[in-house]
Amino acid sequence: MSLEITNAIVEAIPRFEGYVYPNESGTHPLWGFLIVLYPYITGLVAGAFIMASLVRVFRVKPLEPVYRLSLLTALAFLLCATLPLLFHLGHPERSIQIMITPHLTSPMAIFGFVYAWYLMAVLFLELWFDYREDFVEWSKTEAGFRGIIYRAFTLGVTDVSDKALALDHKLSWIISILGIPSAFLLHGYVGFIFGSIKANPWWGNAIMPIIFILSAMVSGIALCVFNYMVLTWVRRRALDMRCLDVMGMFLFYALVIDATVEALDWVHRAYSAEEGFHVMEYMAQERLFYTLSIGQVLVGTLIPLLLLGVLQVLRKRIPDMARKRMYFASAVFILIGVFAMRWNVVMGGQFFSKSLRGVMSYKLEFAGVEGWFMGLILLSLPFIILTVLIKLFLAERLSTKGHVPHRMEEI
Amino acid sequence: MKFDFSRRKMLGVFGGALAGLLSAPAARAAKATVQKVFASSGAPNGYDPYKHKWLMCFDVDKCIGCGLCVDACKKENHVPEAAHYFRTWIERYIIKKPKPGSDRLRGEVLVDSPNGGRDGFPPTSVPREEILKSFFVPKLCNLCEASPCTQVCPVGATFDTPDGAVLVDPNYCIGCGFCIQACPYGCRFLNPETKTAEKCNLCYHRITRGLKPACVEVCPTEARIFGDLKNPVENDPIQTFIAKNKVFSLKPHLGTEPRTLYANLDKEVR
Repeated sequence: MSLEITNAIVEAIPRFEGYVYPNESGTHPLWGFLIVLYPYITGLVAGAFIMASLVRVFRVKPLEPVYRLSLLTALAFLLCATLPLLFHLGHPERSIQIMITPHLTSPMAIFGFVYAWYLMAVLFLELWFDYREDFVEWSKTEAGFRGIIYRAFTLGVTDVSDKALALDHKLSWIISILGIPSAFLLHGYVGFIFGSIKANPWWGNAIMPIIFILSAMVSGIALCVFNYMVLTWVRRRALDMRCLDVMGMFLFYALVIDATVEALDWVHRAYSAEEGFHVMEYMAQERLFYTLSIGQVLVGTLIPLLLLGVLQVLRKRIPDMARKRMYFASAVFILIGVFAMRWNVVMGGQFFSKSLRGVMSYKLEFAGVEGWFMGLILLSLPFIILTVLIKLFLAERLSTKGHVPHRMEEI
Repeated sequence: MKFDFSRRKMLGVFGGALAGLLSAPAARAAKATVQKVFASSGAPNGYDPYKHKWLMCFDVDKCIGCGLCVDACKKENHVPEAAHYFRTWIERYIIKKPKPGSDRLRGEVLVDSPNGGRDGFPPTSVPREEILKSFFVPKLCNLCEASPCTQVCPVGATFDTPDGAVLVDPNYCIGCGFCIQACPYGCRFLNPETKTAEKCNLCYHRITRGLKPACVEVCPTEARIFGDLKNPVENDPIQTFIAKNKVFSLKPHLGTEPRTLYANLDKEVR
């Protein structure tokens, strides 16, 4: 791409190299930082839910201490998942049209229903059945505001006979099983929103939903590790090292599969080298170097793979303290890396022109709806919600009766 | 409070909920159809879209890059003035000779479109003897038969009309930008004032009244040919054009089946 012939656009705004269609030469990409947050948050939801279903469906006993935490994490993030989408719309006040007059060939329209299904039919129901016995118990023991909340959440159903509880757990187990494909659907669908755009060779790719699901699992488990470690640290409690080791093991395997499939995608792109590969290659090297090579590959994949790999092999020889730090570092690195991956997908798809003759660059601004300050607020919102949820439903002062493991045996 | 959780009662409740769920999409689809019918298209009363099929063709060799079409379009359709909002624009291709000693057929390809070509094109800085050939390509909405932009619109605000136009209802568009991402030709933009997606509508308010689109009207070289396939006139320019030329569409591998056809197109044009 030579600049020998510089057009007016290039002269006025030197953020372009080569030729981009005039309509693409706006001041910033059409889909900005908010749309990066959207698949990131949705992925964390799906991953955290799959983490929880390891306990309930696959009966991974050591993970019981994080079962409820991961479900609440999924809920807190799911409640915020559509906010970035809403804010970026030109007409947020018309957003309800997506639900009431959906255009059924549009992936974005169907996402509304997938989201609603997941929130209402899966997450709320699973949480409610899991917590019902406790709600009944707490509504008797707790007074004041908490008491009102717990009483409200019993929904008037106070039957805690053995028969009723057995039904609860059976239903909860069924919902969990339904929940796994639903979680895959939720995030696979986000991948499909990008993967279905055939106009964009960076996005239009059948493997995109799979990559999204795998990276979602990785990021979700990493988030649960992070939340669990922070929560026990805040509460000055001892970590359950067995639980942590098992989470680390699942994190490692998920990361191996994710990294393999993403690498396969790249090998395929490079080998087939279809039209436009050269401009994408150039963009990846020049415009996405820090987020792709450093963020996604080095920080997000290679370092955690090394750390977690070492932990798999030498688990018994590494002292607890060092292991904790290695797990924590891996989780944080993976969370950064998956964020970089979302950035690379969303921004990468807009950094080159669909004329395949030019690339653009973009400087993230501080202020404005698409600025990083707004992004930071949106990203901290689920943590604030999670803190409230934990205070309400995972408080230390509350005794929990309905704990998953023992009941599981009865089914 | 005591609930009676009898099997019969619960089956009734779940059955009702299921029936509601199943009938809801049908009701919604019906509503969307009604809204589409009443969408503001700019067509006069009595215009029957089923009696027309509009087609736009370009003779690349005839385009001189004067930019009158771009200017006319901006004025006719109140397109925002800034240099990154265009319903139609012109690209200049300069294909250089291969470097001496190179085994290639042609050298570097340079493309530009200063202000969409609205003010014409400044002389190029490439020395004349280095240029193999140069030409102008007018661009606008490709009027795809299988338009990816209408396929992805989450609310159906953009739609195909039976007469071959692809329109946007600005009163219904939510401004998500999905259609802009889905258009392979870069023909759409988000209007900064209305915050809705916008693109060439073939001057629908003009063609439905028997006029030509503004860009066709002003083209001094007849590089743009516009016509109605269902109502051929004597010596119909469109029919003649298709008969006389081998025509090509942009990015045919994407399967969008554009109905803007180009004669004398070069392989470098995307």
